[in-house]
Amino acid sequence: MAAFIFNVVLVALLLAVATWVITSRAAFSAVVAFVAYGLLLAIVWVELSAIDIALTEAAIGGGVTGMLLLGAASRLRETEATAVSTSVPLRLTAAVLCALITAGLAAIVLFPPNTVFTLAPDAMAHLLESGLGNPVAGVLFVYRAFDTLLEKAVLVLALVGVWSLAPDRFWGGIPGLQVYQQPNSVLTLLSQILPPVGIVVGIYMFWTGANNPGGAFQGGTVLAAMWLLVMISGLQRVPSTNRRALRLLVIVGPAIFLAIGLVGFALAGGFLAYPAGYAKPLIIVAEAALTLSIGVTLGLLAAGPPERMRQR
Amino acid sequence: MTAALNIFTVLAVSAGTFFFLAGTVGLLRFPNTLTRLHALTKADNVGLGLVVFGLLPLVEWPFGALKLIAVWLLVQLSGSIIAQLIAIIVRREES
Repeated sequence: MAAFIFNVVLVALLLAVATWVITSRAAFSAVVAFVAYGLLLAIVWVELSAIDIALTEAAIGGGVTGMLLLGAASRLRETEATAVSTSVPLRLTAAVLCALITAGLAAIVLFPPNTVFTLAPDAMAHLLESGLGNPVAGVLFVYRAFDTLLEKAVLVLALVGVWSLAPDRFWGGIPGLQVYQQPNSVLTLLSQILPPVGIVVGIYMFWTGANNPGGAFQGGTVLAAMWLLVMISGLQRVPSTNRRALRLLVIVGPAIFLAIGLVGFALAGGFLAYPAGYAKPLIIVAEAALTLSIGVTLGLLAAGPPERMRQR
Repeated sequence: MTAALNIFTVLAVSAGTFFFLAGTVGLLRFPNTLTRLHALTKADNVGLGLVVFGLLPLVEWPFGALKLIAVWLLVQLSGSIIAQLIAIIVRREES
């Protein structure tokens, strides 16, 4: 009963915050509401026993996306007052289409077919052969490894997309991340104390992801947050995007994953197939490289397009 | 013994939630940003501290308890520093 009341209150709160996101007039308060929405949604995933998704939602939905949107909101602040509001028919059309999607989803959830087709028992039965204990990691790196590979490639493409927003003369320059201009401030203290803890937590999240909730994406996001913290506080300079080491770090994860996939042709008879007995070590190697790449890529995504060249 | 620990948990967590309630009321009712920050940090520090303290007997010793204490310390650190940063901006805008 207590759990039921908790869930009802949680869902009511989620709907209220979602309404707040849509109805806020100022972009900044909408972003703040969106971050709160992401954190609430993470609690919902915990209630649904999907801890992996809860971690991702808190890290990506609440954290990195929130930071990207805050950056966008502060860039748009000057134009916001003069922005033309969208016409009523357009808004009505958007509302009708969104309502249709919601109704469709509600129909699927409320009236499920009598026989639900599921692969879950089969997936669990063969999970042990991979050596992984976390079924989510098993799905990501064994059953649907191709999707996971494409997802990492998309991340690199997204970064190239952000970099492409730079004017030609700044290509390969330094991202326009806003740096806090006060040395020895309280932020300096935070960025000296927190990163050692955060780096351990990030690596632990990737490492434990094989058997418990966690994984490369969640761990990489924590690493990205720590990197951004030391850059924003001015302890570490924002690197130039034409540095070769930086670019290598961005692609090392997807490249190693792709290489392991290609080796599968020769040794295990198929793309992204793992040789018997070597599945877990290979997955750990791929995940370690991916954690690093995800961390660097997300950090650079949040740092934004290059806005100046290195001073000589 | 278990009953005494349970009573302790209920008392400490209730006291913690009282601080969260008081902090929320302060956030909604206080007149300016600095006093609102003051209310908010009390919920973070004392409220969460009491909740963690009350939950200690229920988790496994030592690692479960250490994790809870680490969560409290990290929230303390980030909460107090973010409150400072917001306060710095407020004072700069006022002057």
